[in-house]
Amino acid sequence: MTMIQALRSAMDVMLERDPNVVVYGQDVGYFGGVFRCTEGLQAKHGRSRVFDAPISEGGIVGTAVGMAAYGLRPVVEVQFADYFYPASDQIVSEAARLRYRSAGDFTAPLTIRMPCGGGIYGGQTHSQSPEALFTHVCGLRTVMPSNPYDAKGLLIASIENDDPVIFLEPKRLYNGPFDGHHDRPVVPWSQHALGEVPEGHYTVPLDTAAVFRPGRQVTVLTYGTMVFVSEAAAQEAGIDAEIIDLRSLWPLDLPAIVASVKKTGRCVVVHEATRTSGFGAELAALVQEHCFYHLEAPIERVTGWDTPYPHALEWNYFPGPARVAAALRRAMET
Amino acid sequence: MPPTPQPLHLHVPEPTGRPGQATDFSYLHLSPAGAVRRPELDATPASTADLAFTLVRVLDDVGTAVGPWAPPHDAALLRRGLRAMMKTRAFDAKMLLAQRQKKISFYMQCLGEEAIATAHALALSPGDMCFPTYRQQGLLLARDDVPMAELMCQLMSNARDPMLGRQLPVMYSYKRAGFFSISGNLATQFIQAVGWAMASAIKGDSKIASAWIGDGATAESDFHTALTFAHVYRAPVILNVVNNQWAISTFQAIAGGESTTFAARGVGSGIAALRVDGNDFLAVLSASRWAAERARRNLGPTLIEWLTYRAGAHSTSDDPSRYRPADDAQHFPLGDPIARLRQHLTRQGDWSDDEHGQVQQALDAEVAAALKEAERHGGALVDGHVPPIETMFEGVYKDMPAHLREQLRQARQEI
Ligand SMILES: Cc1ncc(C[n+]2csc(CCOP(=O)(O)OP(=O)(O)O)c2C)c(N)n1
Repeated sequence: MTMIQALRSAMDVMLERDPNVVVYGQDVGYFGGVFRCTEGLQAKHGRSRVFDAPISEGGIVGTAVGMAAYGLRPVVEVQFADYFYPASDQIVSEAARLRYRSAGDFTAPLTIRMPCGGGIYGGQTHSQSPEALFTHVCGLRTVMPSNPYDAKGLLIASIENDDPVIFLEPKRLYNGPFDGHHDRPVVPWSQHALGEVPEGHYTVPLDTAAVFRPGRQVTVLTYGTMVFVSEAAAQEAGIDAEIIDLRSLWPLDLPAIVASVKKTGRCVVVHEATRTSGFGAELAALVQEHCFYHLEAPIERVTGWDTPYPHALEWNYFPGPARVAAALRRAMET
Repeated sequence: MPPTPQPLHLHVPEPTGRPGQATDFSYLHLSPAGAVRRPELDATPASTADLAFTLVRVLDDVGTAVGPWAPPHDAALLRRGLRAMMKTRAFDAKMLLAQRQKKISFYMQCLGEEAIATAHALALSPGDMCFPTYRQQGLLLARDDVPMAELMCQLMSNARDPMLGRQLPVMYSYKRAGFFSISGNLATQFIQAVGWAMASAIKGDSKIASAWIGDGATAESDFHTALTFAHVYRAPVILNVVNNQWAISTFQAIAGGESTTFAARGVGSGIAALRVDGNDFLAVLSASRWAAERARRNLGPTLIEWLTYRAGAHSTSDDPSRYRPADDAQHFPLGDPIARLRQHLTRQGDWSDDEHGQVQQALDAEVAAALKEAERHGGALVDGHVPPIETMFEGVYKDMPAHLREQLRQARQEI
């Protein structure tokens, strides 16, 4: 399956299994989503389970909070992560806090899916990676898969989870893995082992990272598209890097991170999002705090620049394998 | 030659009455009691346009119930309603005092607005869900199954506080009484109510939702979003706008009320709308029943603008004498909701001055006893009671994640 098919399959499975699951968002119903992630779901499950919504992110998330308070398990879509901002108040002030402020009287078991990330000439408002705006919010879970198998298992786990989950989908990975070599043809998921996805129900547990590539020389902490970019970079630099795909950004799998960095003694953090106060800052702080005496080099961060995401300069902005490889070499030099 | 352009100027609405002046209430555009028609339950939203600019009223100046909105006579229910309003006012008065005595840190009264929430509560059915603001305590106090002492424990953040000391006073949550958790962020609950109503429809349930917002907060985007979603999905929801003329110091004209009504927004969004005398218990009861019945019969949402006046200060942190006439409430043409229902019931022979005095006394005693009972459980301000430290970390997520377990450990060590 492609990642699109895997995500669709996760929603299909959950619509089938749990009568309280509903799926809606802009163009999600009849048309099946601008990325085809919900294609066929309305025809199969009916209009009261899968439907189109007005262009109002605040309204989509706000109604979802109300539905969740009723007892449903809404899975809503924000068409692009770049457009979640109108729903910020409902996400931060409401969904994230409902359980806490009502002492469990009401809860918000909802999942908000958002295609994110760049590398598609999406310009300023079709490329952003706003994960740090969610990881900073107490009460939210933030999840990002990097491949079809994880995408389905993590999405099912997110829908089943009783906490509100921000589910970020790197759209650059929808049809195939991408290592940053934009000049090479895209390899489809059908030719990748992680494109192998079971039909039925399974989960990939939240709060657990995956060792994407075992290695001994340096730990790379990353997620989403940058997993493949980091893999290519390690290979091209000839460095035996251990690449950790965090999968769950927050809460995260601290033991996996600590075990790896203690083993390698070096750490490079890689993400597409802008650098300052980005999620990488939290990762670097955690590594510093928990692995200080094992570190043999300063922690490196390879990230998007602190600028809005440009159009023409896409590949100067996107942290490609050359930049990651340079950071791996720097980490090895000291 | 083109004409010389006139300089433009910015229009900034002002209330007619500022401190030391008298408010000109003619902007309210009142209708006489009984004058406004009562449409069929299945009236189309567009056909309610006239109702958005007139005012549904039942009680006339001498306390007679007149016109098509007069509910069938039910002395027992009205007596219950009067008692609920008096209870709400007695509760507020006592809690204001408790705040002055530094037993609680903060309070918000609903003086003058008691009819709206209490009568509305009597029009709903068990299982319906209200999404209130901080000024609908009447929804809870109209019920007999919500002990006043429990509310006071929330206000005191004490050992029996159902919110575990996490919330500012008045931010109650009572799922079992159909009262959604109050949020500090204005308007957010308005769209959530629509979602709750959609959920009820999705499940083929028979419950309806009731959404609440003030005149000031209608300017928030969630208000408009709620109208759109309620209309699009024909959600079984009552959209209540409590127009008490003020948002803290801001006159309702600054919220967009000048030369129009908040009810008109409903019609503009394709939602049946009513503009109702919020100080007329019978009108509130009747209009609420109409809207509830519409929702229950899948006829869609109703927006109701309740015209009332915020007779008290915005909160215990507010001093209204700095921005409006001190005696404004006495001149508000719709009067006081308790006095008006009392007049009606007395006229009907269903109430007497004696009884009024007795009920008042009994309620005052009940409130005092409830406060005593609540005080037995201490409070953050009275005896420094704070909940156990783990309650700060619990409930952020369903299960406490590792980083919060670690922070709890640190907090225990460092504090
Ligand atoms: C989003 C947001 N902005 C500002 C405030 C501060 N605030 C609290 S109450 C209030 C006035 C609300 O007025 P209105 O909606 O008319 O309701 P009323 O207090 O009159 O019942 C304001 C501005 C807030 N709580 N939330």
